Amino acid sequence: MAATAAAMDRRDLAWYTDRAARVLVFIGGISAVVFILGIFVFVTKEGLDFVFGALNLREFFTSIEWRPTSNNPTYGALALIVGTASVTGFAMLCSVPLSLGAALFIAEFATGKTRETLKILVEMLAAIPSVVWGFVGMSIMHPLIIRIFDVPLGLGVLNAGLILGLMAAPIMTTIAEDALKAVPDTYREAAEALGATRWEVILKVVIPASKNGLLAAVLLGVGRGFGETMAVLMASGHAINLPTSVFDSVRALTATIASELGDTVYGSDHYGALFTLGILLFLVTFVINLTADVVVRGIRKK
Amino acid sequence: MVDATSGAAPLNGDPGPRYDEAPIIEVRDLTISYGRTPALRDITLDIYRHEIFGIIGPANSGKTTFLRALNRMDEFNPGMDVDGTIRINGKDINDWRNVYALRSRIGVVFPLPVGLPLTVYENVAFSPRLRGIRKKAQLDEVVERCLTRAALWDEVKDRLDSLGSLLSGGQQQRLTIARALSQEPELLFLDEFSIAVDPVTTMRIEDVLKELRSELTIVLVTNLVQQARRLADRTAFFLTGELVEIGATEDLFERKVEDERTTGYIEGRFG
Repeated sequence: MAATAAAMDRRDLAWYTDRAARVLVFIGGISAVVFILGIFVFVTKEGLDFVFGALNLREFFTSIEWRPTSNNPTYGALALIVGTASVTGFAMLCSVPLSLGAALFIAEFATGKTRETLKILVEMLAAIPSVVWGFVGMSIMHPLIIRIFDVPLGLGVLNAGLILGLMAAPIMTTIAEDALKAVPDTYREAAEALGATRWEVILKVVIPASKNGLLAAVLLGVGRGFGETMAVLMASGHAINLPTSVFDSVRALTATIASELGDTVYGSDHYGALFTLGILLFLVTFVINLTADVVVRGIRKK
Repeated sequence: MVDATSGAAPLNGDPGPRYDEAPIIEVRDLTISYGRTPALRDITLDIYRHEIFGIIGPANSGKTTFLRALNRMDEFNPGMDVDGTIRINGKDINDWRNVYALRSRIGVVFPLPVGLPLTVYENVAFSPRLRGIRKKAQLDEVVERCLTRAALWDEVKDRLDSLGSLLSGGQQQRLTIARALSQEPELLFLDEFSIAVDPVTTMRIEDVLKELRSELTIVLVTNLVQQARRLADRTAFFLTGELVEIGATEDLFERKVEDERTTGYIEGRFG
């Protein structure tokens, strides 16, 4: 008995490995929280002086006069907000149907080699750097839009939206396909045994069962659109303007930060204003994710 | 609970199986293989209207494969190769241009209950909706009738709008039976339906099946030989892809059969 009791008290290698693994995994787990909080604190800190000082909230949200370098600087971000929203919106309009269609084809209809080839191609599409997309927008789409639509300038909502749509499509396709594949085959078999056609099975069983994942895919695409900088900077025309047609040039929030931050003096109003744009972007992304979370929870509860 | 008599006793004037009519299912030289390995070899049998046809046999004897071939679910499984003829109502099932129409006439209950990710109501209303029934009153009527016949209505009538997957295992299996009945099928296939069901619920479902026999034909695959004895009018014994024995359930259990493997399995010497 005594020997057994001693064995129960001994901490062997397995015990220490277990402990060490637990600590490491814990650190990995909370690191995401730490980074998010860190970014939030830093961005807010840099912008806060400006927000509570020189910022005129009404001007910020209602004026399109973004003149940070003039003698009498004004910080109206409306055009930038509309610019980001219109480009992202147009991008989603193009890419959501395309991506969901692609995901449905890959997950439900394609088999064997077709399926594998398509998956690899889609993933390769996701690996193209954004500056390359920007280049495509500037040097291929730009003249193409001018020629096809007979407009003076091909850089604008249409161009940036298409580019952004193509950029967001692979990630949306991949996530949506994962969501569709996660639906157990037993559901498909049960529904087919009830006499449902392939399309009825997809429409009435597979899509409803995977709607959380599909929603997550779309929201990830939206997030990609909001956050994308370089391609939008290159393809949108980068002109402060409230667009009235898809051919108008616009300027995005992200592109403004990227193009102006290098020229500002640390701690100046302009510097603070750019960080305020950052806070805005952060909040919008946060709200999108929170909404998604609430929606998903709502579905689960039912 | 061992019943001395085999097969379900006729209920309320149920005339029982129609052995004098043409069989509803005719299977001829059915061989099914996955790749090179045959899972079923040269199965030839008939199933008659309004009988409960039992199929017994140990695991890997090809029982489930046989069922899947009958409603062409093999098309779901690209590696499954079906050879031979299967006729339902005298018509080769491969001649049905619309496989979905074929399947909609056959109700299937799987070993583990597969609740579609829908509410209790929607699970049962799924097939009627496919058939184009849109009126709420009509759907309500179908749902209530099918759930009642599956001996589930009293337990779920107050929670029709909760998810089917929230029901207990036995309730879920009765839900899948109600769903199969909502197809108004001519044929009902049950594949080891009682695996995940407690004995009391199993007996309730068995009672339901006995009543259903007057309306449709039931093919019951089971790994419980006593279940076949209680329910089946005729029973086939499958072993490693072969049809070893087929006959009146009574004869199988009264050892009036030729093959010693059958008696061995029935008496539990192997399985």
